[in-house]
Amino acid sequence: MPWLSENGILVGLALLDGLSYAAAVFMVAVGLNLVFGVLRVLNVAHGSLYAIGGYAAASLGLFAASLGAPPWLGLPILLAASVLVGVVLGPVIERLLLRRMQDREPVLQLLVTFALFMILEDLQKLVWGVQPVVFDAPLKWLGTVDVPFGQDVIPFTAYQLYVLPGVALATLAILAYVLRYTLTGRMVVAVTVDREAARAMGIDAAKVTMLTFTVGAALAALGGALAAPTVSLVPGVGASTIVLSFAVVATAGLGQIEGAALAALLIGLGRSFAVYVAPEFEVVVPYAIMVAVLLFRPQGLFGVAETRRI
Amino acid sequence: MAGTGRAGMLTRREALVGAGAAGASLMLPGGSPFAQGAKPAELKVGIATYLSGPASVFGVPGRQTAEMLFDEINAAGGIAGVKVRPIFVDEGPGVDHVVGEYRRLVQSEGVHLIFAAISSADCIACAPLADELKRPTLLWDCGTQRIFEDNRYSYAFRTQANATPEILAALLYLLKVKPDFKSIAVINQDYAWGRDSWDIFRTAMNTLKPGVKVSAELFPRFGATDFSTEITRVLALRPDVVLSTSWGGDLDALIRQASDRKLFERSAFVMPLAESSLQRVGKALPAGHIVGARGDHWFLHPSPADPERLKRFSDSYRAKYNAWPIYPCFHMAQAVSAMRAGIEKAVAAKNGGWPTDAELAAAFKGLEFPSPTASVRIREDGQGLENQLIGTTLHSDKYPFPVLTDMIVFPAESVTTPVGQKSADWLKTLTPDMVGKLPQAQAFKS
Repeated sequence: MPWLSENGILVGLALLDGLSYAAAVFMVAVGLNLVFGVLRVLNVAHGSLYAIGGYAAASLGLFAASLGAPPWLGLPILLAASVLVGVVLGPVIERLLLRRMQDREPVLQLLVTFALFMILEDLQKLVWGVQPVVFDAPLKWLGTVDVPFGQDVIPFTAYQLYVLPGVALATLAILAYVLRYTLTGRMVVAVTVDREAARAMGIDAAKVTMLTFTVGAALAALGGALAAPTVSLVPGVGASTIVLSFAVVATAGLGQIEGAALAALLIGLGRSFAVYVAPEFEVVVPYAIMVAVLLFRPQGLFGVAETRRI
Repeated sequence: MAGTGRAGMLTRREALVGAGAAGASLMLPGGSPFAQGAKPAELKVGIATYLSGPASVFGVPGRQTAEMLFDEINAAGGIAGVKVRPIFVDEGPGVDHVVGEYRRLVQSEGVHLIFAAISSADCIACAPLADELKRPTLLWDCGTQRIFEDNRYSYAFRTQANATPEILAALLYLLKVKPDFKSIAVINQDYAWGRDSWDIFRTAMNTLKPGVKVSAELFPRFGATDFSTEITRVLALRPDVVLSTSWGGDLDALIRQASDRKLFERSAFVMPLAESSLQRVGKALPAGHIVGARGDHWFLHPSPADPERLKRFSDSYRAKYNAWPIYPCFHMAQAVSAMRAGIEKAVAAKNGGWPTDAELAAAFKGLEFPSPTASVRIREDGQGLENQLIGTTLHSDKYPFPVLTDMIVFPAESVTTPVGQKSADWLKTLTPDMVGKLPQAQAFKS
């Protein structure tokens, strides 16, 4: 059955592509979802944090390379840059802006984060200019892997084949563990479920909120940093990311961590199969999946319908 | 004195009529300081370019070139004794924004000329406005061939070529250097340029070399940063040729990712707009692939009309911005050169008097002006005739990025749709023997 065999291999290749894409999308979407869960703010500026994370990682990496650092150091640099961006920008944004918006209308919160997004976009251009920035040392250092394809082989980069899905899986596992089995994680869950009740139980909701936003910002930055070796960072990269992240978050259900992973996987695989089977639908597939899910489950795949409080 | 009741005094009726006429002239759309042919204190030029979004990698070099050249003009005393001032507007927010800005530039800022735009959609929207507001407009960097094939304008002129010669030249080059290719895949941006340029390429290819198998037609989102899936698909299909008319950050990412995945080793790439990416992607782009300059722009042009002029332009840009000029820089230089030549022609026609808007617009018709590499002539339909340079990438020790070799400079007339014809029809009348008549290729000289 050569037809079946060849198409089976094609499906396999599409799966590999989809997995790598899903991993990159998940990294950004999960931070957005975490922040929404605790703050109830759909943070449009999350896209800017992604872009700044990418730019910061690339700049640090290029600086280290200029000092003669070995290429493997690029990988920890990506991580360090994300933490740096999260720790520096997260508390500032949360304290100065979002905390003041806490009890305002959702539409106002959305507008404020959109304004912040625009400001950060311009700031990005001031700092990094408009020329594409690339730091691909880690990707080149890891090299390629030849995946068998019938009598042929298809080269994949080891970075996309192993590092991206690996980091995404590790992030999911760590988040799930922390939220379920640690005191801090349980406090985050408590604030997510019922802020007032959590406060009544003695939880410092403000501190939890700041911590969560910082982690969310770092995750967005990590998404950008991990993407940096594979893409050209240019103005506007944050805008396209945030739109796709919204699709993942809406599909998953707001505030859902595991849901974000599944939604990213669905969207990633859907997109890569579309490229293989019907490329003209590639762009709409993520949004078609979102609409299909929301038609049947308006609260998203893992979302819980909220009862209205009187 | 006719019209006055008493010497030096207006009647009430005459005053009302006069005031009405003055008011009406102010209300006229596009009322301009040029309407009466008065010499302005300064020449205000509205320039639409991308200052935000992914396309700013492209629009900002255009703005920088304008700033550099306007400074040079002013340092030399201006154009016909008038200093020039650019007013930049951003194309980033989209067509509606650009249309609003165009009106604002004319009606509030009182600009004398407009350079618009990079996006084809913006150009299509602005060309009718030029006629409506009667403001001379130079389409400085837009590609769509449809503007002057579908309409006629009195105030809009294109100071460069359009998609048809830019894409046809790349195909002819491919047919010359790799005549035996049997299959092709396309990876283009999913918007008007990506789709239209593929239509032009495919139509001409079906005419000149029928029977080529189209292995895949892939149109990733405009502004996409990840092409892994498209690359896997093309790697598996192994087409002889991969065409991409993409540009900007998208093309940079595609080149880098294709290089990382060894796609350049399996298929020959044809990238008619890649001159603008060479410096950014560096040696990630291997030797032996076909690159176009969207015009005859290349700071290492093998036979420029005025080598000193090209060197001066390239060196000035490099000294100021630490990069060699890319084709939007050359296109901006052409618009500035056309503006200067047009005004000087119109002023000379009035024996030193300042032209009205209509007289200035008329001066652009049939105008021939120098570009940094050759010269451009604006035809009677408003379309610029510009040569096309296509070459093959080569790695040289002298530059940290690929240079071009085996360059063919296509004469503008040989690849441009004649006046009055539509590209879609004209391309079907081409004959394969035109490949044999191409000019001699010129090697890279260090």
